[in-house]
Amino acid sequence: MPVVVRTFATPAEAAAALASDRSARFIGGGTFIMRALNEGDVGISTIVRLEERALSQIRTIGARVAIGAGATLAQILRDRDLAFLHAPARSIGGPAVRTTATVGGNLFAPSPYGDLAVALLALDATVSVMSGYGARDMPLEEFLAGRDRAAGTIVLSVSCDRPPNPDSFRFRKVARVKPKGVSVLSIAAYVPAVGGRVSGARIAYGAMAPTAIRAKAAERALEGRTLDEAGVAAAVAAAAEGTSPATDAIASAWYRREVVGVHLRRLLLGREA
Amino acid sequence: MAKTPLQFRHNGRDVAIFVGGGMSLLGALRDEVGDFSPKFGCGQGGCGACTVLIDGEPVLSCITLAESVAGKSIETADGLKNGPELHPLQTAFMEAFAAQCGYCTPGMLMAAKALLDRNPAPSRVEVVEAISGNICRCTGYEPIINAILAAAARGAERRA
Amino acid sequence: MLELRKDLFADERDDNLKEIGKPTQRQDMLGHVTATSTYFNDHKLQGMLHLKVLRSPHSHARIRRVDLSEAERQPGVRRIIRGADVPRNLNTLLSLINFGKDDEPSLAVDKVRYKGEPIVAVVADSQREAFEALAKIRVDYEPLPTVFDVEEALKPGAPVINETYPKNTFTYHDVYDHQKLRFGDVERGFAAADHILEQRYQMSPIEHASTETNGSIAAPDTNGRYVVYTSTQALFFSLDTCAKILDVPSNKLHFIGGTVGGGFGGKVDTVTEPLAILGAMLTGRPVRYMIGREEEMLYCAPRGAERIFIKDGVSRDGRILARKFRCLFDSGAYTRLSSYAAVKCAAHLPGPYTIPNVYADVYCVFTNRVPATAMRGFGVTAVDFAIECQMDKLANLVGMDPMEFRILNAYRDGDMKAHRREAKNTALIECVQVAAEKAKWRIRDDFKRMSSRKDGGGPRAAVPATPREPALVTSPASQQRTVYDRPAPPPPEPLRPPPSPPPAAAPSHGAMRFSSVFGSRRR
Repeated sequence: MPVVVRTFATPAEAAAALASDRSARFIGGGTFIMRALNEGDVGISTIVRLEERALSQIRTIGARVAIGAGATLAQILRDRDLAFLHAPARSIGGPAVRTTATVGGNLFAPSPYGDLAVALLALDATVSVMSGYGARDMPLEEFLAGRDRAAGTIVLSVSCDRPPNPDSFRFRKVARVKPKGVSVLSIAAYVPAVGGRVSGARIAYGAMAPTAIRAKAAERALEGRTLDEAGVAAAVAAAAEGTSPATDAIASAWYRREVVGVHLRRLLLGREA
Repeated sequence: MAKTPLQFRHNGRDVAIFVGGGMSLLGALRDEVGDFSPKFGCGQGGCGACTVLIDGEPVLSCITLAESVAGKSIETADGLKNGPELHPLQTAFMEAFAAQCGYCTPGMLMAAKALLDRNPAPSRVEVVEAISGNICRCTGYEPIINAILAAAARGAERRA
Repeated sequence: MLELRKDLFADERDDNLKEIGKPTQRQDMLGHVTATSTYFNDHKLQGMLHLKVLRSPHSHARIRRVDLSEAERQPGVRRIIRGADVPRNLNTLLSLINFGKDDEPSLAVDKVRYKGEPIVAVVADSQREAFEALAKIRVDYEPLPTVFDVEEALKPGAPVINETYPKNTFTYHDVYDHQKLRFGDVERGFAAADHILEQRYQMSPIEHASTETNGSIAAPDTNGRYVVYTSTQALFFSLDTCAKILDVPSNKLHFIGGTVGGGFGGKVDTVTEPLAILGAMLTGRPVRYMIGREEEMLYCAPRGAERIFIKDGVSRDGRILARKFRCLFDSGAYTRLSSYAAVKCAAHLPGPYTIPNVYADVYCVFTNRVPATAMRGFGVTAVDFAIECQMDKLANLVGMDPMEFRILNAYRDGDMKAHRREAKNTALIECVQVAAEKAKWRIRDDFKRMSSRKDGGGPRAAVPATPREPALVTSPASQQRTVYDRPAPPPPEPLRPPPSPPPAAAPSHGAMRFSSVFGSRRR
């Protein structure tokens, strides 16, 4: 069957089109869909496009930021209010990929891709989705866990709070090819401190599981500690707990588990990669 | 198979073509417009050989849906020359021996143009970042980086 | 930028160079920067069809049945090509110079021998329709035992990958299952050595990853000829290969190469042209067969992996007394150019050094991997990696500077090489000296004064007595058996009885000019 492109003006119509056709796929920036088509994936027969301006908008209300799912990584890099997301956005693809790659698409990117989702997870982001059941909000963590069963779901926007202290939010992508390359792993760490001690840390990993995940054992071990060698030791020791990295063309599961603690330590201590 | 009409601006000229569903911008440019300058290297958005500019921004045409560029302005390496005169980047690439097999060159030129049009005096780090999505298997990148810096420097001289 | 050391060998040169040393612009550079250099795919032919192949998911399997009925009915399908449609469906690339037996089909018929081997080609109006038809082809496979390791492939009882070469090794001169180099007596050399170092080296297969993938477009031309635009690096070689496979006189084919978008050796195997031309013959239309990127990475030929065992005997003053090699080339499922790679390897041993006792066995081995091909000095680059790592280790072992160690052991003009040819115009010593200078690596004055033109020849020009097989030493001399950075591998067992002595007419050593490539002519 030849490929058919259907363009809609509202998310509801687009979601309905996806729900009614198993071979339909939603296209954001196209970095995954077009690749699949080029490589001969005949399981895709319908491409659903959404042309709605609101989907690409970035709104800031006080400390809360709402990024339309259609916003591109290049847009994020141009927005000073989103400086805390610049490190992860810049680490993805090259300039041309960032021109078209969307925030929404990155939430669906399969491991080892999806580095922006890692950062958003550590920021405890909320996603607003549209499916056959209508629109609703859910924590990003819940979305990622159910992502594979979410056929026909369209992400509308992602929201999170801007970190009050920029230094408390750190991101690092470990890749063999620099400045851009696919992740061996990526780490986002939100480590706010009260009186010099970490309070309410959130650590997220990319490429350490089928989706971005929170490193809850490391988070617990960091609670109440100082960000120095002795303070982070327990968290570093627990770095790989709960992870299930894959072996792929980039790195083996063994390697990823071996080095995640090394990179976590360097990130928490503010050291160079 | 029903085809979709598509109109856009190509290197300053208005073009009107028909594209099949799912056709990439790369396919549309090469097969329908007859512009062979963007190249197929991977079909995955990984090598950059298909880089073109859409409204001045670098884009990978192999993973861009042709239909999505309706009404936009596309620039390819084919349009760099000004009549018989080479674009300063083209001259700089020649002088710096910045090509061997030449297959990555059109994409490199467009990535470089996107950079210099926005940032006429880039640092070396900025040049490296600008071509970070373009793979070259022949030159080892140094001549290309030098060429872009030389073109920028020459542009600065002219403006001074 | 470019520095010419004209002080070196100055008296040997006529220094009125007109081109060398001056940066000369490439004649295609203007085409490259204006994007007018023409690659094979930069042609728009009316009514062009698209060819894609069905590839085996198994590394080794019998093909029991191929069902094309549903695929043939798919929209846009013009023709499906099977092995039986290929006029001469068995070939080996170097048959053009009478080297090797035809062992590889263009389209597999009864058996597949590597994962990704093409079985059927679909020619359709669009690439998408070709992919859809491929998805409708049903093949019944009977998987067979596989072997992926060169040493496993050589063991008795290993699965036979290719019935053309039932011992899983390429056969040289119809008789020999490996290349042999013998010079002096390595066992006596080892017995006299103060240190023995035995190491195993392994190169991985390497993908060329040219920015342009392999591909060609073939179209019916005037006068019953076919014009072929191709990415090949080897225009006439590819033309003649197609003439053979398609059983047409070579003047029926008009090959037009263009600029190659990066070859590095990966565009000589003539994989796409025969099927593209056949598609044009069978449909009467232009046909393009372009390899995709994942296809290229997974199923097109890489540089072959090589496993190299080196055993050296070195005296405490740093002279290498004996060097023994066992090299195993992983040719993958078919020969292609690996038979030649093994010859080049043997011709390169023991490296640019004068070693009085040299022994080498070089095998071209078949496994169920993707067939290997040429890449950047194939046959030589990998063995040099092994040799030079070994040289560093040996230097460390005897406590000598690695640069000085190489200068000490380097060959010099007049030395007899292991191939029984006099070393001429050697320059390793000067290369090492200049490298040391550039790296600001201090070497002692007497090493700075050494020269390729001094101290060679004389007793070093003699061909030593070379037994057919080295003498077995019953008691090892007082030597230090050295374990370097990993446990020494067990000594290789003799896997098969040595080949029976060659017919009396063949020389035992010395006199005959070394030439392995051109065996007896077959008609």
